[in-house]
Amino acid sequence: MKKIFGILGVFVAVFVLTAILEPNFLTAYNLQNTLRWTGLFGIISIGAAFVIITGGIDLSTGSVIALVGVLVPMLLVDVGMSLVLVLLILFGVLLVMGIFHGVLVTKLNLQPFVVTLCGLLVYRGLARWLAGDQTQGFGSAFDGLRQLAIGRIPIVGDFGLPIPFVILIVLALLSAGFLHNTVWGRYLLALGYNEEAARFSGINTSRMITVAYVIGVMTAGFGGLLFSLDVNSIQPAVHGNFYELYAIAAAVLGGCSLRGGEGSIFGVVIGAAVLRLLYNAINILGIPTQLEFAIIGTVILVGVSTDEIVRRLAARHELKTTRDT
Amino acid sequence: MRVPGEMPLLEVQGITKRFPGTLALDSVDLRVGYGEVVAVIGENGAGKSTLMNILAGVLLPDEGTIHLDGQIQQFASVKQAHAAGIALIHQELSLLPNLSVAANLYLGREPARAGWINKETLRTQALRYLERVGLKCDPQTLVATLPIGQRQLVEVARALASNARLLIMDEPTSSLAEEEAEVLFDVIRELQERGVSILYVSHRLREVMSIADRVVVLRDGQVTGRLAQESVTRDEMVRCMIGRNVSRIYTRKRNEPGPVVMRVERLVTRNTKKRSLSFCLRKGEIVGLAGLVGSGRTELLRILFGVDMPKSGLVTVAGRPVELKSPRHAIAAGIALVPEDRAMQGLILEMSTQPNLSLGALYRHYLGWKLLDRAWENDVTKKMVSQLNIQGVQASKPTRHLSGGNQQKVVLGKWLTLHPHVLLLDEPTRGIDVGAKQETYKAIDELAARGMAILLVSSESDEIIALSDRVLVMQDHTIVGDLDHTELTERALMQLATGSTHESPIEEESIGEVA
Repeated sequence: MKKIFGILGVFVAVFVLTAILEPNFLTAYNLQNTLRWTGLFGIISIGAAFVIITGGIDLSTGSVIALVGVLVPMLLVDVGMSLVLVLLILFGVLLVMGIFHGVLVTKLNLQPFVVTLCGLLVYRGLARWLAGDQTQGFGSAFDGLRQLAIGRIPIVGDFGLPIPFVILIVLALLSAGFLHNTVWGRYLLALGYNEEAARFSGINTSRMITVAYVIGVMTAGFGGLLFSLDVNSIQPAVHGNFYELYAIAAAVLGGCSLRGGEGSIFGVVIGAAVLRLLYNAINILGIPTQLEFAIIGTVILVGVSTDEIVRRLAARHELKTTRDT
Repeated sequence: MRVPGEMPLLEVQGITKRFPGTLALDSVDLRVGYGEVVAVIGENGAGKSTLMNILAGVLLPDEGTIHLDGQIQQFASVKQAHAAGIALIHQELSLLPNLSVAANLYLGREPARAGWINKETLRTQALRYLERVGLKCDPQTLVATLPIGQRQLVEVARALASNARLLIMDEPTSSLAEEEAEVLFDVIRELQERGVSILYVSHRLREVMSIADRVVVLRDGQVTGRLAQESVTRDEMVRCMIGRNVSRIYTRKRNEPGPVVMRVERLVTRNTKKRSLSFCLRKGEIVGLAGLVGSGRTELLRILFGVDMPKSGLVTVAGRPVELKSPRHAIAAGIALVPEDRAMQGLILEMSTQPNLSLGALYRHYLGWKLLDRAWENDVTKKMVSQLNIQGVQASKPTRHLSGGNQQKVVLGKWLTLHPHVLLLDEPTRGIDVGAKQETYKAIDELAARGMAILLVSSESDEIIALSDRVLVMQDHTIVGDLDHTELTERALMQLATGSTHESPIEEESIGEVA
């Protein structure tokens, strides 16, 4: 929990600063947009967090988003399948992909970086090949479905809560409940800290790690569905590029350690929000957008360094005060 | 070889070292002359390693002085000891297997110009030292491709290359075959001729008798015997080494054991050479598993806990055959293990006491939707903390910050929540202080009294003797003896474990890490 205060502080600081410098930041339109993007990126970040908590990493997120973004409009519009059938197929494909990642990592003992890097390459390639590199979309059809991504629930005046953000909140609550209040969540945290001790405690670590990879791919796929509904113009070669890095960055900003074990879902949501907020601030304040990555990178570095320093000081303090005989 | 009696190369006086809870070395004196081979022997925990580590600069003594060549020395680091001419050749070899022999010899001291290693110089210099230890191999050979005995010689060559005058060899033959050991002895004699002194730490008494000029015996951190070559006999060495007051460490009331709980039949492991393993554990019985390091005790426990697979054999618990495919299966069958390595295998150090205590039992204590049963967790934590007297527990304090003894109690508590039929204990008191040891003994005793069958591996023979109803002695991956507690003596254990009275083909005079 302690770790979240730092990132929360960054969030508040950037928010207040931007609001002071540029009053347009607080318009309903701008806030809605930022919240919508936070929702979309937050969803894939939660999946990334689950994988990171097991001590792994998922680099395939962006390509999964591209593959889903190509597959769904093709099946719905070009092939003309029913929505239910498409969702079932999507679910099945994602499940198989997640299990595949998990099995390669746990049974073949391949490094997660390598497995999911290959996923990144393979799924991107498949997406481009399936679509013949042609831009895909829903056209003007499926407006109802597209509300999932672009709709909002009116709150006051012009301002409405974007549906992806609402979805994120629900997903975050479910995920946090899963991670901190179920036996499976406890197993994931335990094996993330110390896989061998977890196995010696009778935990089926292979299965639990596979579950994490399935969650990772599932959220990427679900996020990918929403992304595709949102942009409605999916270019297979670039759609979702680098999104895995946003997701990993959000998870790390939110307090997940790449060493495994540590992490809180709430922190990850804030982490995703900070990234979108920074992006928005850069745009709205007229900072050259070419600097986006440089600024985000700097903020992450400063954030995690501060965090590490604070943690070391705290550990030293704790050692002094609570060490028993 | 110079005559002993001149000014010694090494003169150690009054070295004392305290660790929390123990006095590891108590005013130890030691002299090593030029070209002299001095053996240091003693049981596990006698203080040999501490002494060697102090001489090699790994540890600083609390009191006492070290003179080298008549000059007082204080080694604050391994580097300083090294520079003074003392080299420690470790039990676990410290060579880098992915580099060549030559590169290992000169690691960190490569002959180089402007950062570029001069390969030719490296090669010729390396050859010279390899010759000295009688190793005929190309300096470019990768260390990984050498057999273990030759690696040992590379270690020696490396020490010589750094101009070491005193070599400290810690159990150098523990992983060598007999012929390899003979080669090493020849090298030692050769070095001795050249005036290099050697401190030789070993359990193997026959080796010591054949190689040492003098023998120093340690027990409980004190020197209990100094034997010159003429008077070195096996009996004399054993007499100096044992003789701790065994029955005092813990007194246990022994009960009549109940029916058989676990039966192991014709177990064959990867390392089985001669006979398969068969034994049984009864309800309420503590069975000690004694044997030298490497005799297969830990391996057996790992198999019984489903970590490693046996080649063949049958294990039954409470009359039912069990399939030990993983720790999960073992736990479900009612078998629990307190592993040797607490930090790596026993605990999630970053988590607090409560999740550690409940972790093993979560698979059967949960609410609907697999939700954690917090009320049960709280209850169990309270119960275990008071039952095992775990101290220093706070709700959010990671177990990392508990003392070793309290950590061990948490591991034990984790399994007690499951009420297993069989409890496997691997070195349960390693690295914990005397008070916590007593409490651990008491806890083990109580568990047995309540009907648990306990298999206890320990390297401390007094511990095994004090606690066990029965002791199985292992040697070379098979069981060579089954002693009732009435016939248990340290001597009997040692003789079985070292095979000195047994008719087994491998006759190895070895002593010390018995049990």
